[in-house]
Amino acid sequence: MAETSFDIIVVGGGPGGYVAAIRAAQLGLKTAVVEREHMGGICLNWGCIPTKALLRTSEVYGLIKHADAFGLSVKDVSFDAKKIVERSRKVANQLSNGVKGLMKKNKIAVFDGTAKLAGSEGALRKLAVAMNDKSSVTLTAKNVILATGARARQLPGLESDGKLVWSYKEAMVPPAFPKSLLVIGSGAIGIEFASFYRTMGAEVTVCEVLDRILPVEDEEVSAFAKRAFEKQGMKILTGATVSNLKKAANKVTATITAGGKAQEITVDRVISAVGIVGNVEDLGLEGTKVKVEKTHIAIDQWGFTGEPGVYAIGDVAGPPWLAHKAMHEGVLVVEKIAGVKGVHPMKAENIPGCTYCQPQVASIGLTEAAAKAKGLQLKVGKFPFIGNGKAIALGEPEGFIKTIFDAKTGELLGAHMIGAEVTELIQGYSIAKTLETTEAELMATVFPHPTLSEMMHESVLAAYGRTLHI
Amino acid sequence: MAINILMPALSPTMTEGKLAKWHVKVGDTVTSGQVVCEIETDKATMEVEAVDEGRIGQLVVPEGAEGVKVNAVIAILLEEGEKEVTKVAAAAPAPAAKPAAAPTPAPVSAPKPAPPTPVPAASGDGARLFASPLAKRIAVDKGLDLSRINGSGPGGRIVKADVEAAKPGQSAAAKPAATAQPVFAAPGDTRVPHTPIRKVIARRMLESKQTVPHFYLAVEFEIDALLAARQAINAVTEKRGTKVSVNDMVIKACAKALRDHPECNASWTEDEMIQYGAVDISVAVATDRGLITPIVRNADMKGLAQIAAEMKDLAARAKAGKLKLDEFQGGGFTISNLGMFGIKNFAAIINTPQAMILAVGAGEERVVVRKGQMVVRNMLDCTLAVDHRVVDGALGALFLQTLRAYVEQPAAMLA
Repeated sequence: MAETSFDIIVVGGGPGGYVAAIRAAQLGLKTAVVEREHMGGICLNWGCIPTKALLRTSEVYGLIKHADAFGLSVKDVSFDAKKIVERSRKVANQLSNGVKGLMKKNKIAVFDGTAKLAGSEGALRKLAVAMNDKSSVTLTAKNVILATGARARQLPGLESDGKLVWSYKEAMVPPAFPKSLLVIGSGAIGIEFASFYRTMGAEVTVCEVLDRILPVEDEEVSAFAKRAFEKQGMKILTGATVSNLKKAANKVTATITAGGKAQEITVDRVISAVGIVGNVEDLGLEGTKVKVEKTHIAIDQWGFTGEPGVYAIGDVAGPPWLAHKAMHEGVLVVEKIAGVKGVHPMKAENIPGCTYCQPQVASIGLTEAAAKAKGLQLKVGKFPFIGNGKAIALGEPEGFIKTIFDAKTGELLGAHMIGAEVTELIQGYSIAKTLETTEAELMATVFPHPTLSEMMHESVLAAYGRTLHI
Repeated sequence: MAINILMPALSPTMTEGKLAKWHVKVGDTVTSGQVVCEIETDKATMEVEAVDEGRIGQLVVPEGAEGVKVNAVIAILLEEGEKEVTKVAAAAPAPAAKPAAAPTPAPVSAPKPAPPTPVPAASGDGARLFASPLAKRIAVDKGLDLSRINGSGPGGRIVKADVEAAKPGQSAAAKPAATAQPVFAAPGDTRVPHTPIRKVIARRMLESKQTVPHFYLAVEFEIDALLAARQAINAVTEKRGTKVSVNDMVIKACAKALRDHPECNASWTEDEMIQYGAVDISVAVATDRGLITPIVRNADMKGLAQIAAEMKDLAARAKAGKLKLDEFQGGGFTISNLGMFGIKNFAAIINTPQAMILAVGAGEERVVVRKGQMVVRNMLDCTLAVDHRVVDGALGALFLQTLRAYVEQPAAMLA
């Protein structure tokens, strides 16, 4: 009979959950994961990874369409939607299998089913697991980590129907690419799909209720992104609400109100990307001290829910909704449980965020507006891609890197980037922030030439009036 | 005023010993350097000499007594004019207290603990400090001493939150001693909280030993002429109420030698050498709170009587904890004298930022060879510790040559 008693059981095998389980196993704890669908969770199966595969396709396609600029002659460029989606699924499956392998390697028990808190037995938490094969099993553990993730928010009247109105999931596996598309919501998910489909040739309209797209980013980044997308032919409506969706056989007519004026647009498909809600249902939280606030589980800085032996991490435990935040949280919660010395709570301002549209967007820390709102004296530097040799050579002259320092202490408060490959650059500033470097160390750092990373240096120099190449 | 003769420590680890034999009895007059008793430990038997002059008023510890604690009063010496012992100091196991014989115009002057007692591993001070660049900068802005702040970052690294939580001047959450080898108190051990002065001594001595490249020059001075001169001087000055000690004469000799070698009266800084215009001599004084070094300023320009009077006053106020800041901060050279404990010679730790410290041992009669003949002379061992960044070996040797001239021909000090 399979083992049913563990030191730690993680509910949910997404990036937060499986990483927490691996760390627990490394620390010598007897560990299990309960996963109801796929190891790797949304991120790996229906999120970060498959969308990156799709966006790689659109990037290459975009480049080929501009082959002439690179001195290449390419004729009759076309694509096969089915193959594009197949590739994306293959990537996701490969990685999901990889996670299963990691569980095995670390001797972590995996239960394919849906778990629910079912009281306690002495100091042990009990979990009732409804297995996918219809059997059921009761597991016990000293500690339970809830890592059940989140799902797309459904606004009344804008619910995805899987056919004409898509959530991220349908948008990732279309039987055919739409000719026209309305994307509701301009956060990372909405903008990545808008960018993908626009590059693949669709007429794309983005509708954002707030006054700017990518509203969590720095205002200058939002403005730059809007201009870049519009240049690509995307239509962007801000301060706009979608009030009605009229569905026809293969068309949807949306009524959009912006600036007091209502207009109707008719599109093939609609993508609803208006945020997420936490998966807090059917977890057996009733009668426990676990508190749910705005569809998310409330936790302290160590992921503790207030209910003895019950912790929560990742999307279900609150923003930012990022896989790397969930992974880091998973590690710190497990280390705290295991009594590892020197565990530190996560600092929100040290979590980078990336959006893989074209141009890419990446940021960390405070926006300029947020830093000003704190009443700090700032030093702000900005360096454009046009001043960087590598960017010109790549044929990617659009974008900038902006850095914000506390004028008094030299603390790097925030960094905001838009342009080619910035999602690969932001980690430099993440390290800088984690190590608490000031402008002095960044200025003293030798950046390799020619690289895009030189702009990171120049931006810091610019903040202190010392930029070299502009 | 009666002078206590204390049980000496014959080695750094000695805590008690046996009073094997008294060489004097009550009523005897003793002179400085005269053997008064023999002390026996598990390792050796040693003769103990009188440091002061006077008449034995009382033998507190009887001959043959075992387990006599170091620094316990073993006898009481009466100075001239004193009739009898008025107050018998608590017998035998007196608390480890005032080792110094005398706040009096006593002979060989105030002591300084030998090279600081076995320092328990390394205290956090002086060790490499891990702090984020941001934390360092905020600390400078706020005037915080990072060494007093607990780091909460990885591996104890001091991060922004730590310096923001600390307040200027506050000794923050006292940093736990980052001892290489943790020291734990076992049952029966006593935990003695550090006093401020103890912490300063620990920090400064460690800093000096770790950052100052010391080298040592040992010499033996013949002090018969000096002792004779002292007697002659005291014959005059005592009538005015001042008695010059050997140590006072060493202070004067060092001051004169420093005036002759201004390169030695100097401090190292990263950018340049600072040569002091004034010759200010710090003198190590042991107090029951710890070591302190009051300063005889412009000692090269002062007469011996004045030096003796100042030293008496400084030592008394040092012991009473009543020195003013400018009376012990500064100085260009330090003298540390452990002669009264029967220490033959020792090497002292430089009192930074000074460049030299002279460790003075006990004067004693030794058989030496003069003109092919064995003769008995009073000899004094001194060891000069030198900061090699400031003074090279040859210069240090020249300084000692000059010092020798003054010590061995004290009349030269009049020049």
